[in-house]
Amino acid sequence: MLSFILRRLWLAALVCLTVLVVSFTLTHLSGDLAASIAGPNATAADIAIITKNYGLDRPLVVQFLDWASHAAEGDLGRSYLFHAPVSGLIRDRLPVTLTLGLTGLTIALLIALPLGILAAVREGSAIDRGIMLVALLGQAMPGFWLGLVLIVVFGLDLQWLPISGIDTWQGYIMPGFVLAFSAIPALMRLTRSGMIEALCADYIRTARAKGLSRSMIILKHALRNAAMPVVSITAVQLGFMLGGSVVTESVFALPGLGYLAWESITKNDFPVVQAVVLFLAIIYIVVTLLADMLNALLDPRLRA
Amino acid sequence: MALVMPNAVLSIANLRVSFPRMEAVRGVSLALNRGEVHCVVGESGCGKSISALSVMNLLPRGAVRSADHIRFHEHDLLGMSERQMARLRGDKIAMIFQEPMTSLNPAYTVGSQMAEVFERHRRTTRRQALDRAAELLARVGITAPGMRLAQYPHQLSGGLRQRMMIAMALMCDPELLIADEPTTALDVTVQAQILRLLHKLQQEMGLALLLITHDFGIVARMAQRVSVMYAGEVVESGPVEQIFKAPTHPYTRGLLDCIPVPGVTKAGEPLGSIPGVVPRIAPGFLGCGFRDRCTLATAECAETMRLRDAGADHFYRCRLPPNWKQGTAP
Repeated sequence: MLSFILRRLWLAALVCLTVLVVSFTLTHLSGDLAASIAGPNATAADIAIITKNYGLDRPLVVQFLDWASHAAEGDLGRSYLFHAPVSGLIRDRLPVTLTLGLTGLTIALLIALPLGILAAVREGSAIDRGIMLVALLGQAMPGFWLGLVLIVVFGLDLQWLPISGIDTWQGYIMPGFVLAFSAIPALMRLTRSGMIEALCADYIRTARAKGLSRSMIILKHALRNAAMPVVSITAVQLGFMLGGSVVTESVFALPGLGYLAWESITKNDFPVVQAVVLFLAIIYIVVTLLADMLNALLDPRLRA
Repeated sequence: MALVMPNAVLSIANLRVSFPRMEAVRGVSLALNRGEVHCVVGESGCGKSISALSVMNLLPRGAVRSADHIRFHEHDLLGMSERQMARLRGDKIAMIFQEPMTSLNPAYTVGSQMAEVFERHRRTTRRQALDRAAELLARVGITAPGMRLAQYPHQLSGGLRQRMMIAMALMCDPELLIADEPTTALDVTVQAQILRLLHKLQQEMGLALLLITHDFGIVARMAQRVSVMYAGEVVESGPVEQIFKAPTHPYTRGLLDCIPVPGVTKAGEPLGSIPGVVPRIAPGFLGCGFRDRCTLATAECAETMRLRDAGADHFYRCRLPPNWKQGTAP
């Protein structure tokens, strides 16, 4: 198990480095940074000064190593847009995104797993077809639209929940639901198909031949084998929720990482973009690493 | 047929199993005494495994089971609820399967899978169940049982897994063991070991063993009684010596002709074979299922065929008289 984790960590570090190099190169290739910092009314002289001051005239490799060595010491540079240290910006925004993502994931799992199991156990029945219809509807419903509908119904008409911001914990409920809704169809389908496959397996027949109870057969013998693809896709979905929550964060005006990424990309605020990419990469890597470890716990054949 | 066996451990009368467009089992009857080995032999698809699963009520979805009775001692298995059946399964009636590779759950240790059946039926602690599991692993000839208990199925060879399956089936001291082709998926040398082991355990524990196989060699080594199945029916049944000495149904004769016998079969002479394939029996089929492949078939064979007595507890389902000779059929 230890060598398994070490191997995964080594791979994770490589992935992280690759992501950073690519994003660094792309931001520098996407336009003249000095020109966008200087603004639309700047003269060529202004741009030249900025280029010199920010060190943008140095070779890309040098710039990258410069950035990376500072980042390694915890200094992520200063935002051109907010005129503040990037690390401070991240520190403010990260908890919002993490809370939102984990809320969404919890809601998604609480809904998708039981319904997926139920659909598999009752395969072909009206219950199964009903659940699959809900999955289809969920897939067809865009997040921003669902968000707006929820705001109108629960925020404005019923006034049960705040329509924006996170002054109280209730502020996370609606955006959490919207995020969860995007993940539920995939999780539910995968749980269902995994369970259907597992329930047909020979070892389920063995479990029945041993006289085990129905709940033992479904929840112990079948679910554990059906869980692996679900764990993997959950990791991807969580990564997606944490990194791709731009739409949800802007609909509900949540000051999260996704919203920050969107702002800084449009304004070419390079140090912030680079830092956000770094954090999102780390989140993705940690989440998939956890999923791999969880799968190794679930299936002994993966531990070798 | 030996239907009236008051002390039978298992007695099945007129079992029928049908699927939406197919009749898999058409009126199978058999009985099994304490300490007896009864082999059900036949080709793939003849309904032998389905018959075995019917006893446990573990049939696949879509199967419909009916019978005059299926009795375990004096208990009627047909009328039992799923809950009552579950209490018998793994406790008084145990079953082992053909594929030791896929019949064990890859996610749990040997110990966990063996212990849970004991915990379920005997309400013991995990510790006691694991002690029992170690005892049985030793009994089926597995060395270092303590180490094996902590291993996962993928760490064991096919032969070891099947030994473990047998040990698991015996956890609760069953009276009836149903073995569905327990050696088919194994290497020949391992097959012989597993058969020897089954034979030994059956003798020691006085098990009633219902052994499903397609191999007459296994029948000869293991069984006291044999039922030959074809297309969902028992076409011939009787004591093993009787069936080998005087096979009466043309199908049984055909099967036995396929087996080389040292000293009898001559080199260079082709072994017997049965032309054609097993037919698919649609609902409403009447008469002998073998008639399309039988060289002796007449119009009479398309009518309902009753069971005939060949004496010495030996029965067969054919229009021919018991003493017919090959080539001289009436």
